[in-house]
Amino acid sequence: MDYIPNTEQDYKEMLAEIGVASFEDLIKEVPESLRQKKMSLPEGLSEPEVLKYFSELADKNHDGKGVLSFLGAGAYDHYIPTIVNHLAGRSEFYTAYTPYQPEASQGTLQAIFEFQTLMSELTALPVSNASLYEGATAVAEAAMAAFNSFRNRYDFLVASTLHPEYLETLKTYLAGLPLNFKLIPHKDGVLDLDFIKNNITESTAAVIVQNPNFLGSIEEMEEIGDIAASTNAVFVSVVNPISLGVLKAPGEYGSQIAVGEAQGLGNPLGYGGPNLGFFAAAEHLMRKVPGRIVGETQDKEGRRAFVLTLQAREQHIRREKAVSNICTNQSLLALRSAIYLAAIGKEGIQEVGRQNILKSGYAKEEIAKLSDYKIKNGAPFFNEFVVECPKKGEDVFETLAAKEVVPGLPLSRFFKERENDLLVCVTETKTKDEIDTLVKSLGDLA
Amino acid sequence: MDAGLLEPQTEAVKKEKMDSQVIFELSKPGKRSFVFPKCDVPLTDVKQIIPEKYLRQTKPELPEVGELEIVRHYTNLSRKNFSIDTHFYPLGSCTMKYNPKIHEEVVKFPGFSHLHPYAPEAWSQGVLQVLYDLEQSLCEISGMDRVSLQPAAGAHGELLGLLLARAYHTEISGNPRKKVILPDSAHGTNPSSAHIAGYEVVTIKTDANGEVDIKQLKELADEETAALMITNPNTLGLFERQILEIQKIMHDVGALLYYDGANLNPLLGVARPGDMGFDIVHINVHKTFTTPHGGGGPGAGPVGVKERLIKYLPTPTVEKVGDKYTLKHDNPDSIGKIRSFVGSVGILIRAYTYIRSLGQEGLEKVGKGAIINANYLLAKLKKVYTLPHDRICMHEFVISSKGVGKDLHALDVAKRLIDMNIHPPTIYFPLIVPEAIMVEPTETESKQTLDDFVEAMTQIVKESNENPELLHQSPQTMPITRPDETAAARQPKLRWRPE
Repeated sequence: MDYIPNTEQDYKEMLAEIGVASFEDLIKEVPESLRQKKMSLPEGLSEPEVLKYFSELADKNHDGKGVLSFLGAGAYDHYIPTIVNHLAGRSEFYTAYTPYQPEASQGTLQAIFEFQTLMSELTALPVSNASLYEGATAVAEAAMAAFNSFRNRYDFLVASTLHPEYLETLKTYLAGLPLNFKLIPHKDGVLDLDFIKNNITESTAAVIVQNPNFLGSIEEMEEIGDIAASTNAVFVSVVNPISLGVLKAPGEYGSQIAVGEAQGLGNPLGYGGPNLGFFAAAEHLMRKVPGRIVGETQDKEGRRAFVLTLQAREQHIRREKAVSNICTNQSLLALRSAIYLAAIGKEGIQEVGRQNILKSGYAKEEIAKLSDYKIKNGAPFFNEFVVECPKKGEDVFETLAAKEVVPGLPLSRFFKERENDLLVCVTETKTKDEIDTLVKSLGDLA
Repeated sequence: MDAGLLEPQTEAVKKEKMDSQVIFELSKPGKRSFVFPKCDVPLTDVKQIIPEKYLRQTKPELPEVGELEIVRHYTNLSRKNFSIDTHFYPLGSCTMKYNPKIHEEVVKFPGFSHLHPYAPEAWSQGVLQVLYDLEQSLCEISGMDRVSLQPAAGAHGELLGLLLARAYHTEISGNPRKKVILPDSAHGTNPSSAHIAGYEVVTIKTDANGEVDIKQLKELADEETAALMITNPNTLGLFERQILEIQKIMHDVGALLYYDGANLNPLLGVARPGDMGFDIVHINVHKTFTTPHGGGGPGAGPVGVKERLIKYLPTPTVEKVGDKYTLKHDNPDSIGKIRSFVGSVGILIRAYTYIRSLGQEGLEKVGKGAIINANYLLAKLKKVYTLPHDRICMHEFVISSKGVGKDLHALDVAKRLIDMNIHPPTIYFPLIVPEAIMVEPTETESKQTLDDFVEAMTQIVKESNENPELLHQSPQTMPITRPDETAAARQPKLRWRPE
């Protein structure tokens, strides 16, 4: 298979038109020493062979059928309505490029505009971009936007309860800039507000807090917003958008930038990618927002039209002075999320949030009844909580996984001292019976 | 004004308004589409679990729409797009080649699509094998020693590459160095990535042949140069003939050579960046390995490095130990993580499907096909358009509408092509060519399609002489024409609000 339509005869005619005798004449500028080195790859496969090869590989993975997984920690199993795959699978969407030519791209542009509106509604912030790579880099972009909004504030207060992979990404991504990151400690899984009060200064560019945090708990966002406002630091909230039908929204607790991972809104787990970062902001930060933004305007004849806008922020215009190097957006995933949110609608976003809270709440109550297990979250949570097991978390994970129940993520992978802790996630996809199975499996183990 | 004339216009405007309704305008209280199953746990009251102060007071105004309305809405939106599947798309620098359908089938296998990134490794052997084998293939194709599959896009790869350069220089001399050199024809992400990585950007001129000015490079390269970032073929579609000299100049001052893989496609079967002396390479798999562009993303931008940079690669890396595949998280010299989880796996699976489908022989034909198709178009179009650098090109070329027809502008060419059912080439880039029209046909287009394109481009020149007004008023067959971008930026309307 090579997907090349031209025949050798075609090439012969084309070479004649070009005025050369052979293909070799077209590449004679490439030094001979370079031409001699060759790649060595396996032979090509026909379509049925390809399908067989990859389906066997896929079958080596455990696909979640017949197994029960309570893994979350930044990648969430939420139900995807069938219309999402069908509509986003239209190749007029997925084989189009970035909508540089608005006349030939109104479909993509309008879908992004709708996505921006939906994210603006969820976050209660007026501005949303067209999406970013994924959650961790979105946090780094938020820090950069905060830095760009001051240019003379270099300090950041960052929640120790931020997803550890996000925290590490934040530091790596911005390693070339002279920024200082100070971690806000937590007490029983929620941030120490006194520490923020005592450490915030006039050089603090931003306070970055995840809510619900990595351990599942809901932080005191309003109080943190007030503290951040005391020195005009930007309050960056890292939120799970599927919680925002029920939980208080960033715009309601004084956060000026909301970022995070929107995979859960209609996108499959897919082993962690491609994922969907999002970025919403207050009006005054509009021109510091990274990435693509779509705006509504009118065409020459007064018709409603959508275009890429505020491009003076971007790398293709401003080069090294751009607010970010972002060129791509996750358009197709943003489209999926727009369709998802339209499908579940105003009622559905509240219902899905409600069910996550009720089902994880039920799981917590039942696990708490087991004598050897302890729930570590002192504060309320959305759909994840930490369980201290009577044995090492990794052992519980391995033993139950062998019985087709993945009980949650062993936190020792990120925090050495949390040797016995599991982060358990229960979404709306789990039934009462399945939760009971988890509880029984844990009980039997102890 | 004549009332009889006014009315049909009003109808037309009304119809147009209907056609461009956003999903929120279809909303009506009480309408439902998808319904969640009933909650079957004994708890019923959220407020008993979460105190009121944490709960949202005003509900987000998501639309309330029926399922068929949603299906029609997005189906009709899709029809307002040009796409590879519907139109020839010779967008320079973007490598818009056919996206094989089989890729879309493979990623949907539940073993790939349902897998959680923290699933036990014993459950993830299939996907880890794909990632491992893809890395090996990309090493072979690019001539590099190891590849990180993590970057989510080309620009993300650029940033990673420059952070690796930072780590390398800092370790060997305690000095990350100060500047990154790049050509004036570089894509905007290059200077932007260099700036974010903490480097000063130094621009080097393109010489009369359309290549890096070697004399100026020698003057600029010094002990404070961290890296030179270039593409090869370069942004004009020309092969940098002095590449071996360039690599020597850079390496003599201890700088690294960075390869922007935007233009890798024509090199398949011809040459490898690693052999040219590049130390860091990013590969746009959405270009060369034809994963769908998705209307702007998702893509992926794996980064390959030479031996001496391997230890700085971000974690985790995919390793093979015995016959098991595993993720390695503990690498003391690693720069750290640059994203969550492992990478844009769904995109990477598509890229590997492409590599396995084509194999050695098929991939070698890619470069050849891309180069012949581009030179064929060039040979024909230079008869009607201005060609600033009259040389054999690689996979793409830049022509100009300056001095062509009657005051013909690249923008008019682009807009008129839309009416001719062809997606316009890239225009006004690179910035160094006035009225630039950058054409990249790719190897998956037939001679017939290329001939049709030449005919359309020739017709436009004729029209600019005979009927320039027609060009200024194009396109006329689309849902909109020439939107007011200035107004969009001056009074930004970035979300829908009820009137």
